[in-house]
Amino acid sequence: MHPILLIVFLPLVAAIFAGLGGRVIGKTASKVITTGALMVGALLSWPIFFAYLGGSAQAEVVPVLKFIQSGALDVDWALRVDALTAVMLVVVTTVSSLVHLYSWGYMEEDPSQPRFFAYLSLFSFAMLMLVTADSLVQMFFGWEGVGLASYLLIGFWYHKPSANVAALKAFVVNRVGDFGFSLGIFGTFLVFGTVSIPAILEAAPGMSGSTIGFAGLRVDTMTLLCLLLFVGAMGKSAQLGLHTWLPDAMEGPTPVSALIHAATMVTAGVFMVCRLSPMFEVSPDALTVVTYVGAATAIFAATVAVVQTDIKRVIAYSTCSQLGYMFFAAGSGAYGAAMFHLFTHAFFKALLFLGAGSVIHSMHHEQDMRHYGALRKEIPYTFWAMVAGTLAITGVGIFGIGFAGYFSKDAILESAFASGTVAGNLSFWIGAFAALLTSFYSWRLIFLTFFGKARWAGSEHVQHAVHHVHEEAGEIADDSDSSHDHPVKVHEGTAGYHPHESPWTILVPLALLALGAIFSGLAFHEAFVGAEAGAHFWHGSIAFDAHLAHAMHEVPLWVKYTPLAVMLVGLALAYRNYMAKPGAPAAFVAMFPHLHRFLMHKWYFDEFYDWLFVRPSFAIGRIFWKRGDEQTIDRFGPHGAAVAVGIGNKVTTRLQSGYVYSYALVMLLGLIAATSWVFWWAS
Amino acid sequence: MIGLSHYLTVAAILFTIGVLGIFLNRRNIILMLMAIELILLAVNINLVAFSAYLGDVTGQVFAMFVLTVAAAEAAIGLAILVIFFRRRGSIAVDDADRMRG
Repeated sequence: MHPILLIVFLPLVAAIFAGLGGRVIGKTASKVITTGALMVGALLSWPIFFAYLGGSAQAEVVPVLKFIQSGALDVDWALRVDALTAVMLVVVTTVSSLVHLYSWGYMEEDPSQPRFFAYLSLFSFAMLMLVTADSLVQMFFGWEGVGLASYLLIGFWYHKPSANVAALKAFVVNRVGDFGFSLGIFGTFLVFGTVSIPAILEAAPGMSGSTIGFAGLRVDTMTLLCLLLFVGAMGKSAQLGLHTWLPDAMEGPTPVSALIHAATMVTAGVFMVCRLSPMFEVSPDALTVVTYVGAATAIFAATVAVVQTDIKRVIAYSTCSQLGYMFFAAGSGAYGAAMFHLFTHAFFKALLFLGAGSVIHSMHHEQDMRHYGALRKEIPYTFWAMVAGTLAITGVGIFGIGFAGYFSKDAILESAFASGTVAGNLSFWIGAFAALLTSFYSWRLIFLTFFGKARWAGSEHVQHAVHHVHEEAGEIADDSDSSHDHPVKVHEGTAGYHPHESPWTILVPLALLALGAIFSGLAFHEAFVGAEAGAHFWHGSIAFDAHLAHAMHEVPLWVKYTPLAVMLVGLALAYRNYMAKPGAPAAFVAMFPHLHRFLMHKWYFDEFYDWLFVRPSFAIGRIFWKRGDEQTIDRFGPHGAAVAVGIGNKVTTRLQSGYVYSYALVMLLGLIAATSWVFWWAS
Repeated sequence: MIGLSHYLTVAAILFTIGVLGIFLNRRNIILMLMAIELILLAVNINLVAFSAYLGDVTGQVFAMFVLTVAAAEAAIGLAILVIFFRRRGSIAVDDADRMRG
């Protein structure tokens, strides 16, 4: 049996056991089964990855079952393993197994743990199905599977209305993207007559220059197909326009945010673009769109992250921004760099999320950074893990030695610059500015959370934890944070609360992910983005451009040092505003109130969509409901019938006088009528 | 000579009186029962008259049945009437409207 079968299907088996039998086998058994399945998967995945890294493995396809056979459509369940899949296998199984382990500690007090672990494993199965897909239909199966699991997990705390709303929002927004994706699949089948990915990629260059009718226009076939598929990628990867669900998805438990909304599911769009990269290569127009969308997302999300106060939302917008990086790398033709950033990002972003979860855990479910501060001494392990993640995401490093983000982000920026296109050049500058903001908000998070004075007293959660309202905290501190739309009362003081460091089940995943965040860039950057080693490693599984990889290393020196410079500027700004001069952010807000409000409202995307889609939908719904249903169908249909019966009822009721003689009269009249009929008409 | 038509005329008059007794009588239910008896009697006269006219005894047998049924009906009707009076304290026809819809 090929190990890939175990890797993919063990999580499914575990999910079925834990999900359907959770009540019987108990929560401990459920946790052991699901976590064990993912750990076995992780242990089997790393050798596969190293085999490709060593260059000894060839791409292969493991058939499983027949799926659909209908006319020309022939789809099999088949698991495709190549270098690209191996990268994703490692990411998915490693992060997923660590998140499973982490959840032992984080979800300890939750009453429905078997359900949680079943969902997590179900998600892992669907994600593995997605990354091993050999046909677009199977990829779509995994695509919808992860969407379903994401919906279930965001709404895991179903007694919270906000969680239900967020889950629905994620589902509905993703539906928009999936609509594009399914149109793309239909179009691909129409054009190529197959949905098998290798066959499509082989035939794609031959379609260059052909046109197809779409919505009454003649458009370039490949551009249309790529853009439709990219709409799907935008939905899943929360790119600008379809990003609104991702920050709200933070309503789910933190391990879910780490696994699904940082490390794996949201990168599915990037994976899809890389998997279909030979197809995208045929359409430069589509690649330009990908580049611009990615760059716009990178800058948009970074600016919004700067003003967020919820620790998870900062990281969520950061994720959105980093996904933008991956897309403009792919759009510039640097698929290796995009996958490299996906790989390193999975480690450090999962680390940041799990670290944030550990902070939340120790602060009794307080998520607002305005109520943190001075946690460095209280939870030192979490602090160091978060610092490692921050060093990685901000890309600290010099002279070829550094944290994971140093390699991947520099590779992206350099290859965007080296691609020589207008879009690539522009996205280099945008990416550099976004990197400055990344550094700023990441360090802001660290400073607000772990340094300064303790501001725990203002937190309701903390007060709840110490069981009495704090009395000493009289003074209301200055707004030491720029991000107050409605200033909250920030009490300095500890309120007598003692944060506790998290249990080992939380700290071990943090430590392992920290290792990944520190070393994954250093260890693998040659294989992912090096010119010769990259071509060797990818081995045709993506459209790896060795020329671009060469050119990347020959960019001017100032391009190489731009990321480092902006990182330092961002760090300095964050230090000045949140450590040295705590009053500075408030002064800045007072100076630019419009800019601040614009950012606080996340560029007014939610408001805009509310105006453009939600309200008209409600209005149309109201018309159909009031005019169509109530005033037409109901009025003449069921309701009309009921009214007619009522009127008839009243008339007949009046006939029932209760007097015997009137009944007798009716009988007599009936008799007369009957006899008359017999005498005059019947004969 | 008294022929069939005379009998039928008497029966028709009795029947009409009975029917009008039911409708026009608003005083009490005993009168109503008596009116029903009148109607039954009218029917009986018809039956016997036709029986004699046709020379067929079946009609007279039916008349006996009708008399039996009428007696039983009168007995039951009066029994109900007694119970009704005990419960309502009145046997006025206009008071008997419990079945009004």
